[in-house]
Amino acid sequence: MMKSKPDEEDYWNSSKFKAFTFDDEDDEFSRLKESKQAVNSIRRLVEEDDDEDDVEKVSWSGEPVGSISWSVRETAASNQRTDREPAFPKINADTPTVSRSHSGYSLSSLFKGETALSDSSVRLYAPELRKPKSEYKDYVSDWSPEETVHRMQQGKAVSLEKFRSLQDKLLLLDFSISAHDGNVITAVTLFTITFTVLFRELESRQTALRHFIHYLTETRDQRLLLELLRALGRTEDIALLQYKEHLSIADENKRRDFLKSCLSLPFSPEDSAHVQDHYTLLERQIIIEATDRQAERGGKVEIFQKFPRRASILNMPLITTLYYCCFYHYTESEGTYSSPLNVRQTFRISEKQFFVTALAARAKLKAWVDVDALFTSRNWLGFTRKKSPLGFHRVVDILQKNSAPTQVLQEYVGLVDDAELRISLAQKHKCHDIIINTYRDLKDRQQLLGYRGKVERGSVEERKINELLDNPQIRWKN
Amino acid sequence: MAAHLSYGRVNLNILREAARKELREFLDKCSGSKAIVWDEYLTGPFGLIAQYSLLKEHEVEKMFTLKSGRLPSADVKNIIFFVRPRLELMDIIAENVFSEDKLHSSREFHILFVPRRSMLCEQRLKEQGVLGSFINIDEYILDLIPYDGDLLSMEYESAFRECYLENDQTSLYHTAKGLMTLQALYGTIPQIYGKGECARHVANMMLRMKREFAGSQNQILPVFDTLLLLDRNVDLLTPLATQLTYEGLIDEIYGINNGYVKLPPEKFAQKKQGEASKDLPTEPKKLQLNSAEELYAEIRDKNFNAVGAALSKKAKIISAAFEERHNAKTVGEIKQFVSQLPHMQAARSSLANHTSIAELIKDITTSEAFFDNLTVEQEFMTGVDTDKVNTYIEDCIAQKDPLIKILRLVCMQSVCNNGLKQKVFDYYKREILQTYGYEHILTLNNLEKGGLLKPQTSSRNNYPTIRKTLKLWMEDANEQNPNDISYVYSGYAPLSIRLTQVLARPGWRSIEEVLKMLPGPHFEERQQLPAGLHKKRQQGENRTTLVFFLGGVTYAEIAALRFLSQMEDSGMEYIIATTKLINGTTWIKSLMDRPECQTP
Repeated sequence: MMKSKPDEEDYWNSSKFKAFTFDDEDDEFSRLKESKQAVNSIRRLVEEDDDEDDVEKVSWSGEPVGSISWSVRETAASNQRTDREPAFPKINADTPTVSRSHSGYSLSSLFKGETALSDSSVRLYAPELRKPKSEYKDYVSDWSPEETVHRMQQGKAVSLEKFRSLQDKLLLLDFSISAHDGNVITAVTLFTITFTVLFRELESRQTALRHFIHYLTETRDQRLLLELLRALGRTEDIALLQYKEHLSIADENKRRDFLKSCLSLPFSPEDSAHVQDHYTLLERQIIIEATDRQAERGGKVEIFQKFPRRASILNMPLITTLYYCCFYHYTESEGTYSSPLNVRQTFRISEKQFFVTALAARAKLKAWVDVDALFTSRNWLGFTRKKSPLGFHRVVDILQKNSAPTQVLQEYVGLVDDAELRISLAQKHKCHDIIINTYRDLKDRQQLLGYRGKVERGSVEERKINELLDNPQIRWKN
Repeated sequence: MAAHLSYGRVNLNILREAARKELREFLDKCSGSKAIVWDEYLTGPFGLIAQYSLLKEHEVEKMFTLKSGRLPSADVKNIIFFVRPRLELMDIIAENVFSEDKLHSSREFHILFVPRRSMLCEQRLKEQGVLGSFINIDEYILDLIPYDGDLLSMEYESAFRECYLENDQTSLYHTAKGLMTLQALYGTIPQIYGKGECARHVANMMLRMKREFAGSQNQILPVFDTLLLLDRNVDLLTPLATQLTYEGLIDEIYGINNGYVKLPPEKFAQKKQGEASKDLPTEPKKLQLNSAEELYAEIRDKNFNAVGAALSKKAKIISAAFEERHNAKTVGEIKQFVSQLPHMQAARSSLANHTSIAELIKDITTSEAFFDNLTVEQEFMTGVDTDKVNTYIEDCIAQKDPLIKILRLVCMQSVCNNGLKQKVFDYYKREILQTYGYEHILTLNNLEKGGLLKPQTSSRNNYPTIRKTLKLWMEDANEQNPNDISYVYSGYAPLSIRLTQVLARPGWRSIEEVLKMLPGPHFEERQQLPAGLHKKRQQGENRTTLVFFLGGVTYAEIAALRFLSQMEDSGMEYIIATTKLINGTTWIKSLMDRPECQTP
């Protein structure tokens, strides 16, 4: 129980929680400090007794010396000294992690005509678990399907050979399914099925089917897997599975072509649109990359000289690509592939996303005129006013992250609708004018008086405040 | 070494000892000097069972990590591979064995599969032409690993994905096997309750396995009164929420792996007096976290807002203890003081560590980002505006916050709204794909299959009813002196634990309606005990329930169960078992396709 004494409770603030804050910032800090001080003062005393043997030895990384993972490193390290290899492990590009097109894998031959496993020596259960009855007739070879499955679960020798008729095989399969042991189900499935009956019979045995699909996935037998799914009519799964393959294609042109071939796959309507976009995006990225790389090498385009590209744009997400285009290709007409407007239209990017991305890119370049233009809309009388699809406090946030100067920030802080938010932002960014004007509009004399104490003596701000306070026309509310 | 396992209500050290015994027996089977080649994934779980010293006693001289290519040289008689049954690992082993034969013909090979042998793997070895090279092929059944005095984990990371995405129930088979071993050691569990498809499967398998052992009755007096099996998909909401207990936050922020956490080293630099702070360590500081550490056991389950007070209280006690030295006048008193020093020293270093960790965590929990995120989570959990596009999520996407953070929030909104409106669903999906890359179609589809993210199919949203009936939201959660489990999430009471609580009292019959709204069947089974093994309960003696979370459990849920165990009037003690300890991030990651593509 965590009942602490009443005085402790008073001491440690008992007020109700609010979202998740320390009710009293200073108090909490002083507490951690307190225990830290205690720790430090004690340390001096204890250090002298450092050679106590009872204390468990711990390596710097904190693992007790002698733990397994520590020892793996230790013994291996001592070994390396004698058997020195080049400092960097050489990566062998040909090493297949899983051999993919293993043609020796004919399904029906897998378990045919042999005892699947040799019976390894007696199994040792730590506290001897009582052995099931069936184990006592180890030397009879005529197992029922049920017993066969049972023995397989225990890793014992079985002969699947004798299950010849389809009926027997299916019986065996059904017993394995009811045992829920994936290992056995997969093994029996591989043994039972031949192509002719495979799809029909498995369909009524969903569990075996799932294990088989899992097995094919793991062995990466893509061809058979797709065939199976197709026969089962699981079209969306096929589509996704095929699509997934693109991740292992490194060459961008091959990847693009592969994605193109995916377009005809039976995705759900929404996914289909996304895959189409994926293909279109990569296609464009390839074109943009080629052009820009050339421009950069040519050394004649100023922006690439001033801000060299840090990475290729290939395989980057759409919004990153849009940012890139806003950065390097902002002024291009809508006709080019790299024009931000074109990108926006092609991929139906929402107004907000487009706005945020363009804003960040132009702010990064300190192109304040472009930033300004993003907000400017003219009404029918020809007046300009600033409009934004996202709150001006977020605009300020983005600008500030891109280290915009105070004059620029000030302009947008002033546009924040909510007075309270406006003041707190203005305080954060030291926009005195805005604060003063806001207090004036709120007719809050007290706040204004208070603020006068915070600005510099004899500054323009102080003078302005004084003028306002002396102004007899303002009707202060306090 | 593992004394903390035996302090609880149930002595879990018995299980650990059994596992050690089996390991020793296997090692002795391969007589002579040995080297172990480790599947790296296994070293963590094995660390919970044994130390290097145990292996050394049985002539293990070298240990390596499994890598393709040639095995490092070692002058030993036996090479033993400790591996999970994975096909890709078999190929590496085959490569090792092949390149080995030419150099040393005398070394003998063995394989120990953990936790089960696999016919497919052996078949693979055979195809590669190396199966005959192995003298011993065996399995080491490491189903349930004792993690702490009241906690068992299978450390089976992919269980949720396999069960709900791939429909592969192998993990359930292992679960049932593990429970059989547990019953062999701690007696038959007379009552089994469960909720969910997987729970039903496990119970069925257990009952069948018991029938197969029929005739040989288990003569051990039952330690557990009840087993409760819970599917993770009955409560998808809880892991998505940010845990607010001390241990939960350590896990959320730094990740606890097999009982260890790695922390940024700066705060742990030891500066000796008079010594200039020379080179700061750059390697992360690794700490083991369990109840063997007294202070940690005391604070791990507290709401983080109550940790500062606990630490300062402890600091005062320790300081006072050290001050005692001034009072020690006689030789006897000084002797007494000195004899206590090692213990005090350990307490001091423990306090130092946790003060540093608390500082690290506090930097994060007091940040604006953490606060905003938590506010949105709490809005969702209380049912505020779950049917609209959330501007905070939108802003996070626009800022390109880590994808997993976005997915956690979107999934949470979906779960709290019984699916998102089609328009909202499509909008999030498009924004995510445009910002993080189209290949995440795969991940989004996985989340949909797992039920975490889905479009609304029926117009009826059950969540508010479930929330009200089970009191999932408590306005007046008390973080300092909790009186309800909701303190672990500062207001939200985990659904899974409410189900557990209601089962103990007044029983599930009182919430039939809600149980029907949650996925999967709920059921009750009884296992017959032989006459004479029926417990005669003492007046006021607590009952013991084993709660098994299929598909993972969070530290905050564990804290909530420990809280219930400690409540004076609950009359119930809980032991917790799970396939894996999870948090929202590790959980979502396990459901992603190629999560490594995504750099946070």
